[in-house]
Amino acid sequence: MTRLLKRIGFWASVFVLVSPAVLVFLWMISLSFKNELDNTAFPPVFIPNPPTLKNYVDVFEKNDFALYLWNSILVTGGAVLIGLAVGVPAGYGIARGKATKFAILILVARMTPALSYLIPLFLLFQITGLVGTITALVITHLVITIPIIVWIMIGYFENVPMELEDAARIDGATTWQAFRHVALPLARPGIVVGGILAFIFSWNNFIFSVVLGGKASRTLPSAVYNSLTFEQISWGPLAAAALLVTLPVLLVTVLAQREIVAGLSAGGLKDG
Amino acid sequence: MTATSLPTATITTSPQPASAHASADFTPRYWLFAAPAVLVVAAVIVFPWLFTLYMSSQDWKIGGGPEFVGLHNFRELFNDARFIESMGHTAYFTILAVVLPIVFGTAAALVFHREFPFRGLLRTIFVMPMMATPVAVALVWTMMFHPQLGVLNYLLSLVGIGPQPWVYSPNAVIPTLILVEVWHWTPLVMLIVLGGLAGLPAEPYESALIDGANDWHMFRHITLPLVWPFIMVAIVIRTIDALKAFDTIFVITQGGPGTASETLNIFLYLQAFQFYKIGYASAVVVIFFVIIIMLSLLLLYARQKSKWNA
Repeated sequence: MTRLLKRIGFWASVFVLVSPAVLVFLWMISLSFKNELDNTAFPPVFIPNPPTLKNYVDVFEKNDFALYLWNSILVTGGAVLIGLAVGVPAGYGIARGKATKFAILILVARMTPALSYLIPLFLLFQITGLVGTITALVITHLVITIPIIVWIMIGYFENVPMELEDAARIDGATTWQAFRHVALPLARPGIVVGGILAFIFSWNNFIFSVVLGGKASRTLPSAVYNSLTFEQISWGPLAAAALLVTLPVLLVTVLAQREIVAGLSAGGLKDG
Repeated sequence: MTATSLPTATITTSPQPASAHASADFTPRYWLFAAPAVLVVAAVIVFPWLFTLYMSSQDWKIGGGPEFVGLHNFRELFNDARFIESMGHTAYFTILAVVLPIVFGTAAALVFHREFPFRGLLRTIFVMPMMATPVAVALVWTMMFHPQLGVLNYLLSLVGIGPQPWVYSPNAVIPTLILVEVWHWTPLVMLIVLGGLAGLPAEPYESALIDGANDWHMFRHITLPLVWPFIMVAIVIRTIDALKAFDTIFVITQGGPGTASETLNIFLYLQAFQFYKIGYASAVVVIFFVIIIMLSLLLLYARQKSKWNA
């Protein structure tokens, strides 16, 4: 009897834990597939009947959603690729060269609010005429991608045994070749983890694009926010747009859950 | 137990030498690998820090030129009732946005540590809020909080609770925003504590069972002390993240109603990009920076202490 009660209690706690996430995401999906009449009905309509794709069509036809999607891909893609190109060797250099001070600097950069970089960078871009360009956004997103990638790569390169590189060097390899052909392949899981987390944090970033993005260079999160404030508020298209914005990140989460968990326990902080 | 084997140890401490022959390999040849990153970090991270420090000593509005005013901005800030109020909001928000996710996240970790059907799937669903784009989620919350048409008041009415004002009342707005923050970040605490639980030894539990200990005793006297270093890591991360919270607050309330949910971050944003008071806003950033560094050191110290006691 107590066993049964314990089981019921256990499943009740699982239900309590999971239901808030289920509620928000299901409600988001529900809103995005209902017509406007059902979305503003009270009591609320939960199951779209009949489901409509009109909201999604509206998102693409009435807004420049495709443009903003492309902007997001350019900004996040650019910042992640540059972040990897610069951050992976840096992680190696710091781990092998014991550059502890630079590592601490990277850590402090992870802790600093993103907002605090915005004022100086805004002025800088104003002077150089880059405000409202994709380039400015890519540069700013490096503030997000480089610290997380460097920090994760330090951890991975520290776990690559030095002996293997020593052996390669005895066979005549240069430091670069030891890095390129020995350490780098062994640290590949770290590159995947760092790349995924940098992608998620950069994709989700909102405030940089609000301040630095122009009408044509906005990324998705700020574009969706702007459509809320400047056009009439209709819930269906808004929910559809919100779902589309976060869908890539949620797909990556589902597909790469193990890597993300590994990365978060190695790299800790979220961005913001 | 010592916490030296923590996988999360590198989060908050500087990287430790990994191999024994460390000093022999300390050569400038490795600097070249870090050189491009050093340049970029100097340009987009260190330069903004220094420039912010410079700007905080200037009376500078966008459009005009800078004028040196020394510490005047700081003096003005501490006489600015709105700034003081925003500090209070930040403290209120931060304390609850740390404590609640720590409690719920630890409880969730205990649940997900057990074996049960569909555990992988349910854990993935549980973790999703933390990865979801904050702005997208905040928009959905905004619709859910709607006083007349929102689904939350409807669900409450089903269990006999009257309609809540949510973000539309000055008293309820911060607790409501904390609700969103808890929803968002409890999974991160869960993952960190789950990592701690995974490394627990079985022996203490076996002997405790023989001694007739119940579940609560085992949690209180075995599990909690052993995972405490992980919980400390989670507290450090949560505190810094809660201080940085911006996106959801900005999207859902913009600091309102009135200034009822204006945290330091929102105050800073408004000063800089609504009132264009660059110097003044930079002084806020400097204060913010000092608070974050001091809190990090304090929490690192607490974590260090807890290592020896645990």
